[in-house]
Amino acid sequence: MPHDDRALAVSAEEPSAEIPLELTIPKLFLEKARRYGAGRVAMREKEFGIWRPISWQEYLDRVRAMALGLIRLGLEEGDKVAMIGDNRPEGLMAEMAALCARGVAVWLFQDCLMDEVRYIVDHSDAKFLVGEGQEEVDKALSILKDCPKLKKIIYDDPKGLRHYKQEALISLAEVERLGRELDREQPRLFEELIAKGHGEEIALLFYTSGTTALPKGALLSHHNMLSMGRHLMQIDPCEETDDYVSYLPFAWIGEQMMSISCGLQVGYTLNFPEEPETAQENIREIGPHVMFAPPRMYEQMTRTVQVKHLDSTWLKRQAFRFATWVGYRYADLKFSKKPIPLHWKLLNAAAYLTVQKKLKDHLGMSRVRNAYTGGAAMGPDHFRFFHSLGVNLKQIYGQTEVAGISVVHRTGDIKFDTVGRPIPGTEVRIAEDGEILTRSPSVFKGYYKNPEATAKTLKDGWLHSGDKGFIDDDGHLVVFDRTKDVFTLKDGRPFAPQYLETRLKFSPYIKDAWVVGDRRDYLAAVMCIDYSVVGKWADERKLNYTSYQELSQMPEVYDLVEKQIRQANRDLPEAAKIRKFTNLYKEFDPDDEELTRTRKLRRAFVEKRYKMIVDALYSDADKVHIDTAIKYEDGRQAHIVTDLKIVTIRD
Amino acid sequence: MSVAAAGDAGDFLLEARDVAMYFGKVAALAGVSLQVRKGEIHSVIGPNGAGKTVLMNCINGLYRPQKGDIFFKGRRINDLKPYQRAALGISRTFQKVEVFGGMTVLDNIRLGRHIHLKSGILSGAVYVGKTAREEIENRKFIEEEIIDLLEIEHIRHKPVGMLPYGLQKRVELGRALALQPELLILDEPLAGLNLEETEDMARFILDVNEDPRWNITCLLVEHDMGVVMDLSHRVLVLNFGIPIMDGTPQEVQRNPDVVRAYLGEEDLYATRR
Repeated sequence: MPHDDRALAVSAEEPSAEIPLELTIPKLFLEKARRYGAGRVAMREKEFGIWRPISWQEYLDRVRAMALGLIRLGLEEGDKVAMIGDNRPEGLMAEMAALCARGVAVWLFQDCLMDEVRYIVDHSDAKFLVGEGQEEVDKALSILKDCPKLKKIIYDDPKGLRHYKQEALISLAEVERLGRELDREQPRLFEELIAKGHGEEIALLFYTSGTTALPKGALLSHHNMLSMGRHLMQIDPCEETDDYVSYLPFAWIGEQMMSISCGLQVGYTLNFPEEPETAQENIREIGPHVMFAPPRMYEQMTRTVQVKHLDSTWLKRQAFRFATWVGYRYADLKFSKKPIPLHWKLLNAAAYLTVQKKLKDHLGMSRVRNAYTGGAAMGPDHFRFFHSLGVNLKQIYGQTEVAGISVVHRTGDIKFDTVGRPIPGTEVRIAEDGEILTRSPSVFKGYYKNPEATAKTLKDGWLHSGDKGFIDDDGHLVVFDRTKDVFTLKDGRPFAPQYLETRLKFSPYIKDAWVVGDRRDYLAAVMCIDYSVVGKWADERKLNYTSYQELSQMPEVYDLVEKQIRQANRDLPEAAKIRKFTNLYKEFDPDDEELTRTRKLRRAFVEKRYKMIVDALYSDADKVHIDTAIKYEDGRQAHIVTDLKIVTIRD
Repeated sequence: MSVAAAGDAGDFLLEARDVAMYFGKVAALAGVSLQVRKGEIHSVIGPNGAGKTVLMNCINGLYRPQKGDIFFKGRRINDLKPYQRAALGISRTFQKVEVFGGMTVLDNIRLGRHIHLKSGILSGAVYVGKTAREEIENRKFIEEEIIDLLEIEHIRHKPVGMLPYGLQKRVELGRALALQPELLILDEPLAGLNLEETEDMARFILDVNEDPRWNITCLLVEHDMGVVMDLSHRVLVLNFGIPIMDGTPQEVQRNPDVVRAYLGEEDLYATRR
């Protein structure tokens, strides 16, 4: 699409019929459930080794019971209902019930530590907390006295809760029983509650996993959510008969977007894995038609493929090498939008039949029409890898504050260094300082109890993202990085360290990388090896180690990591090459606040925490002495004393 | 932990009377008596070489004691073979895991269920009707009661030999549970486990003991005193095959002889050699 203003990107498509402002998520839910009834499967959950379907009728019946149960327990309009737990039908039903009862849904990450749970439950004024089982109940009980507004803790799995007699506890089954009771007394109540709703009312209060500060609660309306889903589905339509696997945290806006915003509008079937550990296996069993995951999931898949490839027999390795070689060439031809010569088509067909088909099946991607990645930067190597397999992987750009996404690649117009073009109804503008601004019906209503942050983020209807970027010649948005994360290199050029980090992470041996060097003479990196992959590598070489710490400091492992860095350094301008590195004695962990819950590196924090290491990387030292205490989840402390080697990479 | 859950005195599920077992001239057990009430967790503790495992082996039938009687549900079982005792409702786990490493988790657990399979060879060969129904029922039991309880969904189809030790121990417990025993003998279920695995295992033991669907009486041999004192209704202390005392955890912890037996462990070793 031609555009004269280089700072503005709009969608090529006209927005389809807009969503009426009166429409709410519960209204849509009621309509769909009535239309599909008992004859169609709304969800499936694998339980006791078998996929068990839940019809729309059942879904509706249970949501009705839960919603009225919450009302009976004292839920009033606008009350917050917090939820925590794995992805499971009951989780989604509880959320839907909270919305139907005119409450506001708040999701917490399941691995949230106590302080985070306390902060969010307290700050959100949650009246109810719906947990899954004993673990969540324990967390909730321990914060109960600090959160006076919290009235009831609801659980759905009674395992291990035999001796819990606290008054605030109530089982989900009991809530449903209360609801059915109320339903008999006032059979029209549920429909009346839903009819009262309006699209501009708040549906979700979602806490953003800030890389910098305390989480902020973004308020999203029904209309925000529904318009977002509608616009994405306009570009990449899904069908009623499609399958989607819901396994990423509901506390992540991307999962809400797929399960509710899109899922409810299209009516596709949501599938819930048996346990988080079985997700990958369950995805393969379902073979979803659409996928949305942050880059780390795709990185993990790539890593698995690479490691298995290294393990396989000679013939299989050759077949794999042939297929990837063909796949990459074929993908590059497609990226360049040139006509593809016949012989490449034939070669690609051969690669597909011999390797790619099987590989896609193993990754659960045989039927994937569109796979999306977003939430963090993805390296071009990973991106090309999936396209070489023939997976239609697209980058998206968005944030909690636009109810999910605002920019996405179009099929056939994919560039791996961009995130594509805005979805219909969305305008993206680049401010003078390079900040990305968005305006659309999905832009959120403000931060809960935080007018200063709201004023800073929302100006005249434009969402100020805090991300930097530009719009390229094809009208694609290129996202640079968080504004404060952009480096200035020695030669004065701006540089996104994430670009290098994702490149490094393409190596299966590297779990995490942290690149430093803003306004310094050279770039340096702190590396976290992948314990299982490097451990296996060491086993094969008969190297003995007892712990991550010991393994990471072995000279052989340093050589291995150096090789990976050289690989990543290739083709980079002199100033953007990594010159020095060290292997960290532990992996980065959200529990240590080094990563956000969505596994983004919290630069400011690690810089403070590992200042000694950074200083050493910019001195002449060949090692840095570490003497620190680490705290385990159960409160135990351990003392770590070690020397980290500093390695200089020469050409 | 209250003792109230245990039944009346005299209502013994298992009783050993004056059991003695000699290896050559070494008395592994020199007249040990033990009464386990239905529904309780009864622990046996003692320093290494105290005869705890020998006692377990006598109860489950791997060893035949030279002296004394063992009663299970009021019946003398001294002359029964281990598999006959299993059929009566005694199952066990071992100090060092004894699983079939080449078989999957599911197959290992299924194996523990064989005494509940009634159909014969012929109908098994045809596999329709009765056998299929029976298979489905048993599979359902394994999935809903055991795999779900022990949280091993993700390794269901993995060969046991490839699993970390902590999970192998869980699988072994799963196999013992598949028998749906009335008495479960746990020989050092926590040995070699890390803190998290220990907590999980203790939780599982409590679950099968307290959950009305199981209500299994447990006979527990364990060195982890924290767990023993937390879980047990009663504790028997052995030293060199000689019972020092049998009582509630509180009584045991207060007994000076017990404390001496544990504190003096190294001295005892020295005199033995």
